[in-house]
Amino acid sequence: YWGLVFRHISPYMWASLGCALAIGLSVAGAAWGIFLTGSSLVGAAVKAPRITSKNLISVIFCEAAAIYGVITAIILQTKVEDVPIGSDGEWSVKILKAGYAVFGSGLCVGLSNLVCGICVGIVGSSCALADAQNSTLFVKILVIEIFGSALGLFGVIVAIIISASAVFK
Amino acid sequence: QALNQVHKCTRGNAMEMATFNLKDGYVEAILRGYKGSLLKSGDYALMCQCENLDDLKMHLSTTTYGNLVSEVDVGGANTTTQLIECCTEKFVEEFEYLQCQAEGTLYHFLEMCRIPHMIDNVVLIVSGCLHNQHTPELLEKCHPLGMFDAIASLAVAANMQELYQLVLIDTPLGKYFEGSLSREDLTEMHLEIMRNMLYKCWIEDFNAFCSKVGGTTREVMGRFLSFEADRRAIAIASNSVGTELTHDDKKSLFCKFGSLYPYGQKDLAQAEDHDEILKVLSDYSPYNRLLALASADDDLMIDEILSGQELDLCKESFTQQFHYGVFWAYIKMKEQELRNL
Repeated sequence: YWGLVFRHISPYMWASLGCALAIGLSVAGAAWGIFLTGSSLVGAAVKAPRITSKNLISVIFCEAAAIYGVITAIILQTKVEDVPIGSDGEWSVKILKAGYAVFGSGLCVGLSNLVCGICVGIVGSSCALADAQNSTLFVKILVIEIFGSALGLFGVIVAIIISASAVFK
Repeated sequence: QALNQVHKCTRGNAMEMATFNLKDGYVEAILRGYKGSLLKSGDYALMCQCENLDDLKMHLSTTTYGNLVSEVDVGGANTTTQLIECCTEKFVEEFEYLQCQAEGTLYHFLEMCRIPHMIDNVVLIVSGCLHNQHTPELLEKCHPLGMFDAIASLAVAANMQELYQLVLIDTPLGKYFEGSLSREDLTEMHLEIMRNMLYKCWIEDFNAFCSKVGGTTREVMGRFLSFEADRRAIAIASNSVGTELTHDDKKSLFCKFGSLYPYGQKDLAQAEDHDEILKVLSDYSPYNRLLALASADDDLMIDEILSGQELDLCKESFTQQFHYGVFWAYIKMKEQELRNL
């Protein structure tokens, strides 16, 4: 019964959802991370103004999460091509597969950048506070942020590999 | 006690780290900036080498106390008190800035931090009136963090009932009076009992508030407040040695939590002199360790040992981020710094 339901849902719905999630969730993660870092940075910079320029790196790492989402969404969107429904009223397996692949790809990059953004945000906030007290700590905590930022990168790589198999025509 | 701690930790708020900065990130960062400019051992060493108040003033003006201190006229009569008043003013300014930037839960937390000062001010004014001192002089001696609107009209009250109904019912202290009203006139003894009752109600209220906030705040403030409860219990026990306070009275002044609750408090209430108090404490950690350190160095009094322990707890609280305990810790550290000065 469920198979019947899913076979008749248009694969273009899945594809559109995938594109939307790719950019929507990534930007949510990046925004979350930026406010986490930014509020601490602004407060800590009151007493230690020297930290402002270096700690913008944390904000840039958060931003990268959003950029990964944009790239993936654009790639996914270019994959979607209009193919009419088959003569027997059923979508062909190839099109169904392509729709699911775009959806999965978008979800993959969206979720991984969501959590990556939060992670980099929390670490960036601690980095700003620590840098304000003792400037030797900055580079050491930055290494943690780099590892956190790699999570988003993993998401993009896998998403692009998945979407490579999504061929509508 | 250890099981309690574990249980508390496991009920922490999962998204606490990710949502704390939403409202309180800026304020916490400002507070950590303030903490970074507390006087360090190098500053104290320099100040100890000062020959007179002029040098001291010069050193103070290189620290954060900077411009406020330079207005103090060194040749005048009460220079020491003026200097300290300037420094206290700076502290109060910082606190009020934090409070006006805070919103919601943090604002209430800071309000609760002010209440011990309010209690002290109320007791100061009432006891001053008993000795027929003038209200304006008393108001000057009050701690600025504990001022509230109706404080000047405290002087008119003749007994506790009036005190409560005329003045205190509208203030934040109002709810701490419930259950402890009596028809007696205000004498020195009863003032002390009133003060301790108010403190007890406040600590329990604060503990309930922090438990409701949950997460790391509950954990950190739980440590602070149970230490505070223990400390008050020890202070009440040692101050009431030799007075006519009964065991039950003493027990009613102890808080219902802390590592000394309930058996330690029962023993403390029955202790008749200082040696018995020390004997009771030596059964409880960390007090047994602290007492062992104290007996190694004869000059330390129990008060100093407890202050040292409290400041260690304060330093530890700064190692965790995203909680309100750092605000409380900073207040304690700043007050100690002012006492040192």
